[in-house]
Amino acid sequence: MNEMTGTPIPHAPGFIANETPRIVTSRFDYEDSHTLTRYEATGGYEGLKKALQRTPEEVHNEVRDATLLGRGGAGFPAGVKWGFCPPEVWPRYLVVNGDESEPGTYKDRLLMELDPHQLIEGCLIACYAVGLSQCFLYIRGEMAVAQERVAQALNDAYAAGYIGKNIQDSDFSVDIVLHWGAGAYVVGEETALIESLEGNRGMPRLKPPYFPASIGLYGQPTIVNNVETLSNLPWILEHGAEAFTSIGTESSPGTRMVAVSGHVKRPGVYEIVNGTTTFRDLLYGSDMCGGIRDDNQLKAFVPGGGSAPWFTADQLDLPFEASQVGPQGSMLGSGAIMVMDETTDIPAAALTLTKFYAHESCGKCVPCREGGTWLEQILRRVVEGRGTARDLELLIEVGETICPGDFPHAAVPSKGIEAVPFPYRMTTICFVGPSAFAPIHSALTLFREEFEAKVAGNDHPTMIEVAVDV
Amino acid sequence: MKFFTDENSELAQEIIERYPKSRSAMIPLLHLAQEQEGWITDEAMAEIAELVGTTSAEVLGTCSFYEMFKRKPVGKYVINICTTMSCALMGAGDLMKHAESRLGVKSGGSTSDGMFTLEGAECQAACTEAPCLQVNYRHQYRVTADQFDQLIEELASSDHDVPRHGVLSRIRQHIPEDRFVRPTPPDEVVSAPIWMVTDGGEK
Repeated sequence: MNEMTGTPIPHAPGFIANETPRIVTSRFDYEDSHTLTRYEATGGYEGLKKALQRTPEEVHNEVRDATLLGRGGAGFPAGVKWGFCPPEVWPRYLVVNGDESEPGTYKDRLLMELDPHQLIEGCLIACYAVGLSQCFLYIRGEMAVAQERVAQALNDAYAAGYIGKNIQDSDFSVDIVLHWGAGAYVVGEETALIESLEGNRGMPRLKPPYFPASIGLYGQPTIVNNVETLSNLPWILEHGAEAFTSIGTESSPGTRMVAVSGHVKRPGVYEIVNGTTTFRDLLYGSDMCGGIRDDNQLKAFVPGGGSAPWFTADQLDLPFEASQVGPQGSMLGSGAIMVMDETTDIPAAALTLTKFYAHESCGKCVPCREGGTWLEQILRRVVEGRGTARDLELLIEVGETICPGDFPHAAVPSKGIEAVPFPYRMTTICFVGPSAFAPIHSALTLFREEFEAKVAGNDHPTMIEVAVDV
Repeated sequence: MKFFTDENSELAQEIIERYPKSRSAMIPLLHLAQEQEGWITDEAMAEIAELVGTTSAEVLGTCSFYEMFKRKPVGKYVINICTTMSCALMGAGDLMKHAESRLGVKSGGSTSDGMFTLEGAECQAACTEAPCLQVNYRHQYRVTADQFDQLIEELASSDHDVPRHGVLSRIRQHIPEDRFVRPTPPDEVVSAPIWMVTDGGEK
């Protein structure tokens, strides 16, 4: 039972259906949603069959026309990304990013556990369209059940002739290899994912090249797509790009999955209309989260995964549209919203994220490796009441070594603070370092008084004390 | 002395054959070693190095990067309590304190009977069901102190279907020989795959 609402936890733990058209979660209500039998009985592999009747180029164009934005965090259109493969360089590979581990993010795991065939069909469509010779399906190491469900689905799909040699008696042949990680957040970054797949420490590669589509796995053109992104493809091929773009807005069509956790009445994973659904709909809608727990006041929320600068009630009416959220100082990221009510100790909440990124630094870039650790330790002593006013400045100074210049944040009209738009500048290769600073910067900007209360009355320690502490 | 059992040696070969370069099999083979032994021994790394054509030091380099690979023995059940934001907001701190006192170990420690290792962990992608934990990487949702105690009792009396530490997926991928396309090595393929070559758009 769900202790907060008294309702039974459904078959798909965490998932809550609403009025939105269901593109990727359409089978979640069936207890056997993960089986080939159920998949075939509900239109499964029809998108692939339709794709195989068309040329790869036509399939690619269909996906490009659908403006399917990547669901992993960056929101880059998948059809455009596919087009970055240099012509006449072969072989090309597909790497599926199922290393979901951004704090608050929780959708790819459900898609892999509850509808693995949909993901497999998406992989096949991508391979066919772009001419990818082999697919590696990289699942996060800590997801044992997802690994089991996908392994079973792959075995069944091979046996049924959907994967492998001459798929559906066509000249299209491709293997999908199940691969799994071993616990490292940074591997979600696509070049680190490739390093890990090559058997190395999962450290991001220096850019440029910005896209592995030009130089990726084994130095070959490689498409890296997120699980949710690929899971949309069977529907797009079956119903067409036009049906897809008729949902949502022109620049953000279709639906997307979001996970809302923390202090709401009905925390859950929801499939929502992209582009038009607002944070207020999501957090307060009666068919969605139903408001803040105990009817408390909303204090702040993280709108797009732990890496995203925070929002407050002033930003509730923003829709899930990158072009509107960016100028207001944050990002939609991986579709993870973490909600804090009025009872939240803000500096302590920021620490739960900063320590995550400090812990997950791969150690390649010095500003992240050293700065992340410093940020965590300084913030920890502030939270524990051992910090000083100087520490609050020090947090910003250390943060500026990772992200020089103005860091994006939301507006606070009541305090006369204006928004600084996303994104930020950075001295690191990937986003782990800046992400350690983001919660601190947001919390300090939006709720400075809470930090000042924690350090009030503390004398300046000597430099030696600081050094010992840090 | 060989590290892998005969059965696992065969599995290792099957895994290696799926990759264009054998080094890519390193992480799956480390998992296989941990499944066999419960942790990663020096002997396992030496044999994996041989299997994928590299040195033990290279295998150690990869192995030591990843949280899940244990370089010393751990309990039969590794309990990871999520401590990241959503779980922290919903009481993970109290759950961790309770777990430490129930098991009599600090986070990171193992019980003397070799049954349990307790760890604080990062986000487990179950944020709506906070606070959550994993036993050998299988979730438990909205865990209360009482439920934690009950879980420990069930695990201690083997009255639970969680496999021992090291076992992840209980289902292995198997590619049937007659359907297996085989890997496409980067330096051997220079032309487009056959389905990309359309004759006058007839397709």
